[in-house]
Amino acid sequence: MKVSYFPGCTLKNKAKVLDLYARKSAEVLGVTLEEIDNWQCCGGVFTTARDEVATKLSSVRALMAARDSGQPLVTVCSACHNVIKQTNNAMISDAEFADKANRYLSCDSPYAGDAKVYHYLEMLRDLVGFDALKEKVVNPLNGKKIAAYYGCLLLRPGSVMKMDDPENPTIMEDMLRALGGDAVICGKRNECCGGYIAMESPTLAKKSSNSVVENAIAAGAEMIITACPLCRYNLIKNGSPIPVVYFTEILAEALGIKEDIHE
Amino acid sequence: MNNKNLREEVLRISGVNPKKCMRCGKCSATCPAYDEMEYHPHQFVYMVESGDISSLLDSESLYRCLSCFACIDRCPRNVEPAKLVEAIRLSKIRKQGANHMTANDVPALLDEDMPQQAIVSAFRKYSK
Amino acid sequence: MQRIGVFVCWCGSNIAGTVDVKAVAEALKNEPGVVFSTNYQYMCSQAGQDMIKAAIAGHKLGGIVVCSCSPRMHEATFRKTASQAGINPYMVEIANIREQCSWVHKDMATGTEKAIILGKAAVAKVNLNTPLTPGESPVTKRALVIGGGIAGIQTALDIADAGFPVDIVETKPTIGGKMAQLDKTFPTLDCAACILTPKMVEVAQHENIRIFSYSEVSEIKGFVGNFDVTIKRKARYVKEDICTGCGACVEKCPMKKIPNEFNLGMDNRSAVYIPFAQAVPKVATIDPNACNMLKNGRCGICAKVCTAGAIDYTQKDEYIEEKYGAIVAATGFNPISMDKFDEFAYSQSKDVITSLEFERLTNAAGPTAGKLLRPSDGKHPHTIVFVQCVGSRCSACTEKGKEYCSKICCMYTAKHAMLTRDKYPDTEVYVFYIDVRTPGKNFDEFYRRAVEEYGVNYIKGMVGKVTPEGSKLKVQASDLIANKQLHIDADLVVLAAAIEPDKSARPLATMLTASMDTNDFFTEAHPKLRPVESPTAGVFLSGTCQGPKDIPETVSQAGAAASKVIGLLAKDKLTGNPCIAKSDEWMCNGCSSCGKVCAYGAITYEEKEFRLPDRTTKIRRVASVNPAVCQGCGACTVTCPSGAMDLNGFTTTQIMAEVDAICK
Repeated sequence: MKVSYFPGCTLKNKAKVLDLYARKSAEVLGVTLEEIDNWQCCGGVFTTARDEVATKLSSVRALMAARDSGQPLVTVCSACHNVIKQTNNAMISDAEFADKANRYLSCDSPYAGDAKVYHYLEMLRDLVGFDALKEKVVNPLNGKKIAAYYGCLLLRPGSVMKMDDPENPTIMEDMLRALGGDAVICGKRNECCGGYIAMESPTLAKKSSNSVVENAIAAGAEMIITACPLCRYNLIKNGSPIPVVYFTEILAEALGIKEDIHE
Repeated sequence: MNNKNLREEVLRISGVNPKKCMRCGKCSATCPAYDEMEYHPHQFVYMVESGDISSLLDSESLYRCLSCFACIDRCPRNVEPAKLVEAIRLSKIRKQGANHMTANDVPALLDEDMPQQAIVSAFRKYSK
Repeated sequence: MQRIGVFVCWCGSNIAGTVDVKAVAEALKNEPGVVFSTNYQYMCSQAGQDMIKAAIAGHKLGGIVVCSCSPRMHEATFRKTASQAGINPYMVEIANIREQCSWVHKDMATGTEKAIILGKAAVAKVNLNTPLTPGESPVTKRALVIGGGIAGIQTALDIADAGFPVDIVETKPTIGGKMAQLDKTFPTLDCAACILTPKMVEVAQHENIRIFSYSEVSEIKGFVGNFDVTIKRKARYVKEDICTGCGACVEKCPMKKIPNEFNLGMDNRSAVYIPFAQAVPKVATIDPNACNMLKNGRCGICAKVCTAGAIDYTQKDEYIEEKYGAIVAATGFNPISMDKFDEFAYSQSKDVITSLEFERLTNAAGPTAGKLLRPSDGKHPHTIVFVQCVGSRCSACTEKGKEYCSKICCMYTAKHAMLTRDKYPDTEVYVFYIDVRTPGKNFDEFYRRAVEEYGVNYIKGMVGKVTPEGSKLKVQASDLIANKQLHIDADLVVLAAAIEPDKSARPLATMLTASMDTNDFFTEAHPKLRPVESPTAGVFLSGTCQGPKDIPETVSQAGAAASKVIGLLAKDKLTGNPCIAKSDEWMCNGCSSCGKVCAYGAITYEEKEFRLPDRTTKIRRVASVNPAVCQGCGACTVTCPSGAMDLNGFTTTQIMAEVDAICK
């Protein structure tokens, strides 16, 4: 199976491992991530203002490329996923915006929201299947207690992301179980880590991140996994005493290919 | 722009109808940045409705919203307060010279692990 | 052509202020068939009616037109007048020149012109009117009450006390409903069981009441006065007439880990069970999904210990058929699922509970014998947070929760908070509210007592997130008056979950052809003036199946529904409305279009033999209207593609004549 792939800026720089583990694991699972040509940064956050057009065009271009290739568009970074899915939704639900965006791009066939956007986790669940994933595990996690940290961007707004129940998600826990881990559920798994505010107000980011980590530890977690480079940064930067890793890293570990990957 | 026009503009670009608010305060109950804000999410809704936008325009609260969408998802009336915050912030920084953050400010705020995502996000929120 | 009299009413200045009544009477004089036309200040007064009667006799009138107020107001009056003067009441037409004319127009010229047109239309119709006679049907003097909660119990008792037999059908093994699960009741704090169980016993002992517990209505046919109902009596594997309710089987049953529905799953029951000590009927029931004997034939202990010999593993579901004159829906409510509100962590922590669960935790017959203990560790909670409006008052666009106010939550939360502080003064109690709604007798006083005398902390704001951490529940909330975000470490969080109609209401409404609103509450015939009747004749509404209600209101409505049933059953015959549909069998091609649109199930189809002009016969499928069920709505007449269906009193030719008169 081939899918179009939007890695995003951070996965080419500070979060290279997130990308490498994702690609290699996908291969083991029979999925080729085909990086779309000339992709541009999504912008990191979706601008909810309806008259903002230019800031959303890079996402529309990526969506168009996926449409043209006839493949679903897969992202790994929570932020890219959020921006691209929200942009796709705007192309479907906001005719005025869609018209403006299509005029800007002045391409032969206007884009109408027809590409299917999957987060890598959704790809695992819906295209690969957790049962099939389980069969490929060579290095089970041996009941390691791991808390899945979703943060905000992966699930919300729930009506647009349509990925999982935004208040009681199971997708990362189901993946953990498929990999042989013990999924620890912590209540703060869908609260914000502080995000980009880390630039300006590190105290707020520290407060938010610490409460997430404390909550995970109180729930018995020995490790936290995340899909978001910024979540991982904030949690580690603010002193998490337990490891915080990308979900693709433990995926690669369970699939027995972690050692093959070097930055 | 006078206050009435500004209000219309904010409502138009946010797509929010503050009249839908029933003043339950769940947005402010759920906001992770609450304590950093001078005006809180429920106040944004009420102040936009009553036309007091100038106070919001001058407040640092505009730059404290994390865009985490918690207030959007949890509002029982589907008011979507975060969209108001965004619209007012844009009304502010779209004016020449009103950027909250410039490229010159960035190096001092960085450390070597900071992901690119943080910088582009902050730029998108803080400057035009 | 009829001999028609026209009577134009002034209605004081109500009509005469904007309509030149003399000019209207004068203009209508020239209409075809009109032999007499006059005007008068108050046509509905005795003098006005006498004037009509005199004119009917004096001018040998065959039909009359009254230009006055809405027919909703005085059509019945003038029909009676006409009848007393010796003409068929359906030879009367009302031209509404008040609500539809004088009240909506400002100037005399327009008003007068329109009044004349409306009068002409009525005259055109009367010319085609024919005398109509309503049919009659007998009444089965027995009522069916569906649902055995406090609403059904009260309705049944009131009907039975009036001397009519009543059957209660209850899907659970016992009657009692939600009220049986409550601890104390607001605003007087009497114990629910103490006031409910005597009524349950009264029902059981009443000579006019039969209880079909553990039963469901499976089919309803017929119409007002003549319903044919099939009731499914689910096999309880215990002979109801022999079981003494001694409980020996319950005690010895080895399957003891079945979640107990009555305590909302907070403790366990055995596979053979009696829901609670005061159950009516006090008879054991075997849960077929839990009983080993029924699942694989390996057990049989209960049959061995039953000295009465009541256990019968071979029992089958039984269907009984019964006739009823009236049916009362009393299907009640349930709290909504908290699935879509997990920001409050209901699925994540046992110590986040709904208010109904809280009732069981404080009830002496509940899982903790009335001691308020946390479900997780059995410890006494020292800080309790109550959250109001969970799932109530939600915008439809959020696609979760209900748009309506559930009405009872403010009061029961005040009760819970007050009782907690009364019994456990060392417990801090917070109530987060959006509005406190207490419109009821002694309700606001009750709420104020909770605050002022019992020291409950009422906080204007909402909870945004509950996070279980260790043995605590971290509650993040807003205090809108202090303009602060609060962080409370709570031991117990109680959610005032919205209430919704029981799931059985929708299929029941379909069987009854009774209408429902978008929330699946039964619709009343008129929201103000006929609140306990369904628009479907012979179907009545009792309790929360019609809308959220507390106990006092439910009991009032239950009594009102009973009085309507008694009024119906007291009649020997029912007079129908003659303005009903009729099918021309020669034109009908049996296409079923009419049956599909009929909201009342009044149309059936039959194979009928027709003699053709060439003396051969042919069997054809044709529509047939049940005159006792048809409500005369006319949906079938406009749907019929062949024009076979027509409505007495509103025939297509009559309506076209009116339209022609208006457009002339």
